Amino acid sequence: MSEALERSLDRLSRVRGVRGSMFVAAEDGLVVAQLLMEGVNGKAVAALAAALARKVGGAAAATGAGRLSFVQMDASNGTLLLAPAPADLLIVALADPNVNVGLCRFEMIRAAEAQK
Amino acid sequence: MTTTVVELWTEEPLVRYVGQASARLVVVMTPAGQVLAQHGFAKAVDLMGVAAIGAAIMASSGALATLVGEAAFGALFHAGLRHGIHLASCRTGRGPLIVLTVFGRETSIGLVEFFFDEFAAALHAAAPAERSRGPVLAENFEAELGHSLATLFGR
Repeated sequence: MSEALERSLDRLSRVRGVRGSMFVAAEDGLVVAQLLMEGVNGKAVAALAAALARKVGGAAAATGAGRLSFVQMDASNGTLLLAPAPADLLIVALADPNVNVGLCRFEMIRAAEAQK
Repeated sequence: MTTTVVELWTEEPLVRYVGQASARLVVVMTPAGQVLAQHGFAKAVDLMGVAAIGAAIMASSGALATLVGEAAFGALFHAGLRHGIHLASCRTGRGPLIVLTVFGRETSIGLVEFFFDEFAAALHAAAPAERSRGPVLAENFEAELGHSLATLFGR
């Protein structure tokens, strides 16, 4: 894992309630770099997050909402957050339901910008 | 798109895999290239060609793995502009099988790989215990091929 990616994921994973974070190839749905708690299936999260980004991005474009900038998916046992990053990557965070989404989003945007 | 099977136990896992991974074409075959199940092929000649090439790729990559000191390679993935190909083997009670998946841009290699793991586990669970299978010989290969084609394409 490259040092810049590792540093970004480390910062994001320090947010209370974050169970894991990763950079995912948006086109392929494959993990580029990850920092996950034990028991989190990184391969599954990466594949499904990329599929989600593609669908939501398509819906945003079709409705004239423009380019996708951030996705938050809340479920009973957790929250999935994702944002586009440079070089056709996505930054993805998997967190507890009560996570501070604002702080997560701030760290995700910062992580994405660090890859420019 | 149709799914047809030579061995019935492969049908339910294959139908589920095709739906989950949004695969366009799938072939389940033995390492000798004998087709057990397929999805998406309309012509026998295409299917048999793809199965033969898929089995040959797996055999040659296995030989290459041995040369570089690996027991075996995992999945092979080729990305094209409009289609991707995922080629991998899995173990079942009926011996090793090879699965070749062709997919388009409506899905991704990540999803295919993720659902392939589930497919391999489902095949493993569904496979009956291995029956004694003789070697694939030239004299019975043609008869077996003819039987497979008749089952898959109703000819």
